[in-house]
This record gives sequence, structure tokens and C-alpha cells, in this order.
Amino acid sequence: MKKTKFIWQRKDLLGIEELSADEVVHILDTAAAFKQVGERNIKKVPSLRGKTLINLFIEPSTRTRTSFELAAKRLSADVVNITATASSLVKGETLKDTALNLQALHADIIVIRHGAAGAPHFLAKRVKASIVNAGDGSHEHPTQALLDAFTIREKKGRIEGLNVTILGDILYSRVARSNIWLLTKLGAKVTLAGPSTLVPHVFEQFGCRVTHDIEEAIRDADVINLLRIQHERQRKTMFPSIGEYTAMFGLNKERFARTKPDALIMHPGPINRGVEIDSDVADCGRSVILEQVTNGLAVRMAVLYLCAGGQPA
Amino acid sequence: MKPLLIQHGHVLDPANNVDEVRDLVIAGGKIADGPAPKDADVLDAKGKYVVPGLIDMHVHLREPGRADKESIASGTLCAAHGGFTSIVCMPNTSPVADNAGTIAFIKQRADTVGSVNVFPAGAITKELKGEELAPTGSLKRAGVVAITDDGNCVQNNDLMRRAVEYAKMFNLPVLDHCQDYNLAADGVMNEGYWSVALGLRGWPAMAEDIIVARNILVAEVADWWVHCQHLSSARSVALVREAKKRGVKITAEACPHHFTLTEESCKTYDANFKMNPPLRTERDRAALLEGLADGTIDCIASDHAPHCNYEKEVEFDVAPFGIIGLETELALSLALVHKKVLTLRQLIEKFTVNPARLLRLDKGTLSAGADADVIVIDLGREWTYDVTQSASKSRNSPFHGWQLKGKAVATIVGGKIVWKEE
Repeated sequence: MKKTKFIWQRKDLLGIEELSADEVVHILDTAAAFKQVGERNIKKVPSLRGKTLINLFIEPSTRTRTSFELAAKRLSADVVNITATASSLVKGETLKDTALNLQALHADIIVIRHGAAGAPHFLAKRVKASIVNAGDGSHEHPTQALLDAFTIREKKGRIEGLNVTILGDILYSRVARSNIWLLTKLGAKVTLAGPSTLVPHVFEQFGCRVTHDIEEAIRDADVINLLRIQHERQRKTMFPSIGEYTAMFGLNKERFARTKPDALIMHPGPINRGVEIDSDVADCGRSVILEQVTNGLAVRMAVLYLCAGGQPA
Repeated sequence: MKPLLIQHGHVLDPANNVDEVRDLVIAGGKIADGPAPKDADVLDAKGKYVVPGLIDMHVHLREPGRADKESIASGTLCAAHGGFTSIVCMPNTSPVADNAGTIAFIKQRADTVGSVNVFPAGAITKELKGEELAPTGSLKRAGVVAITDDGNCVQNNDLMRRAVEYAKMFNLPVLDHCQDYNLAADGVMNEGYWSVALGLRGWPAMAEDIIVARNILVAEVADWWVHCQHLSSARSVALVREAKKRGVKITAEACPHHFTLTEESCKTYDANFKMNPPLRTERDRAALLEGLADGTIDCIASDHAPHCNYEKEVEFDVAPFGIIGLETELALSLALVHKKVLTLRQLIEKFTVNPARLLRLDKGTLSAGADADVIVIDLGREWTYDVTQSASKSRNSPFHGWQLKGKAVATIVGGKIVWKEE
């Protein structure tokens, strides 16, 4: 694997869109080194000792928050979690004031999850700490796309030239957007599939192919990334029912049988068994869903390490 | 009040077909005929234009109710700085201007503390709820010049039809903020490439177009004037153009931000680019310019919408819609003259005779005997807009720091100089 040689310049990771392909590869390479740390008996390195990381989660999340928390602890950072219900945000404090308060506590890194697109960018303009986007509305979820790419690269040995199909609710999905930016930058052929209301053709302007025919979407795919139907972000008019979604677009056993024999099955979680993915398919040998979770830790360690000013040894 | 002689200026008065260098005399608060009295003060306008005071038919003064955002005093001073001598204030105050008492309050405050003429618009429906008609006749008696639910849009087509038919009896035009609520839903910016890229919810142009089309049908059936506020989309312009050709009583306005900026400005997530209707595409912007040039769009208005910093400096999703605009409006519009999209005369018409005609105001001309509402414009003046120095109580402008060309340098209301550049 080609190693990139350059100095990481960014203080923040706000999205994939603004990264160069070299920067993406550099994060993935750094993550590969950190993955080995997780496999050791002693899983901790001193890279961020003395640094304070605040997990600011203004939208419910368990897995992403836990992953960031563990990643930071493995780097020896001090970690504080602030969640929407626990914070003063519910009392009417603005995000700006929250940010200034965290600044006053000398936070070094703020990991933010927020229901509003652009909230991490808002913070980055106002505080000195590094800002890492852990998901902003329907905009981006950069570490998810990085861990997806890490997993694909690990399994397939490359990303360039692969057929990657992202299936499901694309319109409201930050995971889809970050994946689209990343995969197209690295030369994959991206197909988006799902109901016409949730996969509008405007996405063709992002360099993707759009189809509403699931059979055609999965037939030649090397990677199939399934997205959850996000009821909470949708208008009621978008599609008839979950049952109809499963019937039309769910990855059931019959459809799975028609995929390429080495096609990877991915899902950012949490999965809804029997809805977008058949239960057995989720557990099959080609499903890398749990490896994605493991790789997420390594990728987040790499991101925190780089944004906090670390350089490859 | 002493008489005033405005000397050596280039007088441009579209209503009277005047377009030449000449002196203008004001006496007794009116435009005078004949030579200046001996005791007249002199205002030198050499090298500048002297035009009728501008009219902005779409302003939010926020008083009563939100005088922390703007007051009648600060908003009208802002207007004076921008070259506006008459403004129409929208009824979405607290309490809503859906009753004679609130209209009387606004008029009384404006008479006491206002720098320019204030013409209130009354609500179409009680509390702007779109459910029952407000007392239009009483509002007319109290002095409204139009009715509108601006900020809101009457969704019930039957109610809108009756409102227009009823307003006709009182000779009141109906101004409509065109927005279908189901289609616009919770959109915060134009639906399209940028809303998808930014992950912000889209407000499709179709949500405006469908109400513009509705208003055309209503105006046709009622045979009465409906004015579509702040057009933002190409399709809306085309619909109004086609309706006007058929003689439908429909008029339209455009705002400087819609014909100056596009949706791409939202990419920094700065809520000073969040307005309703939203900034749209380059194609829409071009269509607005075309509509302004061919007369489809009758007026230019600011939709001056002050909001406090702490309200605007938040997540894009959460911020209120709207920007202040009275101080930048003329310069942003003069850019169309500099770029030869409009002649200066066309532009001044959209700020004077056109709104005066559709609101039935005895304003917008320099005819002898008319109210002496006059401004002096320095067309070539280059200046930088510094919102921190604004007369407004609010600072929500996307044009802070912009290099502009053309500026009002003196504003005269009823013969009195209410503002003059030092």
C-alpha cells in the first residue's frame, strides 16, 4: 500500500467534502497503525495525555459517542460527555454560549453531534479547540465514511474502481453524503438506490449513479452499504410504510443470493433486522457490520490524534 | 420651516417626464412652482440627482412588541439614511395590526418619533392565523394602505378569494407573501444542489409558484389587485408576466437580496443568508433581472426584517428568517443601473410612481403642490457598508463590508431635511 508523505494541517475535521484524496488516505493509513493498538493487551498509548476532550452530543447517540469516548481514552485524553438532556442547552442557552463555556474550560478537542447541519462549522469559527464532526443533521458524518472506507480497503485491498451501492434513505442521510464525497474522491463508482422520493436525481450532480431498481443496483456491486430508514428526519409524505420499503428495497435472502459472491454487506448501524436487512444476511460471513464498529475506533483515534497536532512517527 | 432651494441638481421625476438639470424649490412643505423665495436655505446638488423620495412598501418596524429588534424611531431613521421617505410597515407585530387600535398606535408613534412617512398595512386575517377575516373596513378607516398577512400566507383559497373581494370594496390592494406551507414545510433554504450538499432542508420554488398562480386566479375572479411580495423564482416571474399580458390585476415586487445573491451563499451556514423566500439559483436571479427590466416586476422593496444578534447567531436551522435592508437597498439596486439592466428612470419608477400607484398614495412625484418628499442621490459615490454603524437596532445584514456604488446623500420629508450626509 502506497504511503502518503505530507504534514497534516487541519485543526478540525468538519466533513469529507473539503478533504483531498491524500488527506483521506493519510487518515486511513494512520488508522491502520492505531488498529494494532486495539489488538494489544495494553490498549492505551500516551499520545493525547494531558489533553481534554469534550463529547458534546446535542442529539441522542450511543454508539458514536461510545466509540469517540473509547478512542480518546485509548489515547490517554481526559474525556467529559455532555448530552443534550444533561446540558444547559435545554434551558435555552445558545450553542454559541455553550461553545464559549467549553472554551473557558480549556477544552482541547470538542467532538460534536448535532441535529442541525453546520453546527460543527459554527463552533469551529468561534472556539480555539479542535472540532470533530460526529454527525451534523443531514449534512456529514465524516468518521463514519472514513471507517467504511477503512473497512472496504482492508477487505478489498483498494477502493478505486469498486462498485459501491448505497441503498436506502439517501436524502436525509449524513452517512450517505460523507460516503459519496469520500468514495468518489478515491475513484469508486457509486450507485445510490432507494425510493424515488428519498433518492432524488439531484445526487447525479455529485458524481453518482441513481437508480430505483434494486435488482440492478445490487447485481454488480462489490460493496452494498445499507442505510437505516430515518423516520425522525422524514416528512410523512416520503413513502407509504416500512412494510412497503422492506418489500421493495429490503436486502432479503432472495436478493442477497443474486449479489456477487464476494460482495461486502455493510451497515452503519443500528440495524433494523427484517426491515432494510434480513436477519440472516446481517449475520452472514460477508457481513462486515461488526468489523466496521471495531475499525471505527481506530479511525477515530487517528482523527483525534491528527487534529490534536500529532504527526506520524 | 424655511423654504429650501435645491440647486444645480439633475432632477429626475418620472411622473412628470422631467430629466434635466434644474433647481427645485420647496416651500410650506410642498414642491413650489416659480422662483425661490429670498430667505430660502440652499442645498447644493451639483453633480447629483434630485428625485422623488423613495417608497419601500415592505418593511418590518417590529413596534409594537419587539422594540429590541427595531422601533418606529430606529426603523424610520434607517429608511431616511437609505433614501426612503415613505415606508409601508407590515402587520406582524405584537399585538398583530389586525385592529384599528394598533394601527392608531403605529400612526401616532410615527407622527411623534418617525423620521419618514409610515403607512401601515393591516392584517388580512385575525392574528395572521389565516382562519377569519380581520375587520378590513375598520382598518381602512384607521388608515391602512393595504392588507397582508406577510410572514404568513393565507392557505385557505376560499378565504383568500373572499379577502380580495372584500378588500376591493375598500379600494385596498392585497399584498401576499406567496408560500404553500405543505410544499415549503420546514425548509430553510432553496431546494436544489446546495440544500442537498449542505444537508439543509429545501424550500422548493414550487411552493412560491403555486401561490403566485393561485393569486393570479383569485385576482382574475375578484377583478381586484393582488400584489405578490418578494418574488424569488423564475417560474413566478413567468406566471406574473403571462397574467399581466391578459390584463389580470396582479403586481409584484423583488428584493435586492434575491436579485443580488444566490443560494450558494448559504454554504458558510451564516444565518444572515437565511431569508424567506430563500435565495435561489443563478437562473432565478437572472429571471428576476429580466422581470425588473421588462416591467413584470413593478417595485423593489427591502423586506427589512430586523433580528437581534443572539437570535441570528445560532445554527442555520434555528435562526429566524430575514435581513435588514433599508440602508443597502438603493445601492444594490443602483448596481442594476451601473450594469445597464435598468435605466435610472426605470429604477426610480420602481421606487416611486409604481408603489405610489398601486398603494394609491399621493406620493412619488415632484409635481408642484405635491408633498416635498425629495432625495439627493450621488450616483458615483463609492462606499463600504458597515453594519456596525447602522441606524437599525439590528445587525443582520449579509452585505456588511460590501463595496457599494451610489448613495442617498440627503433625505427631505415634507420639506424638512431629516437626514443629510455630513
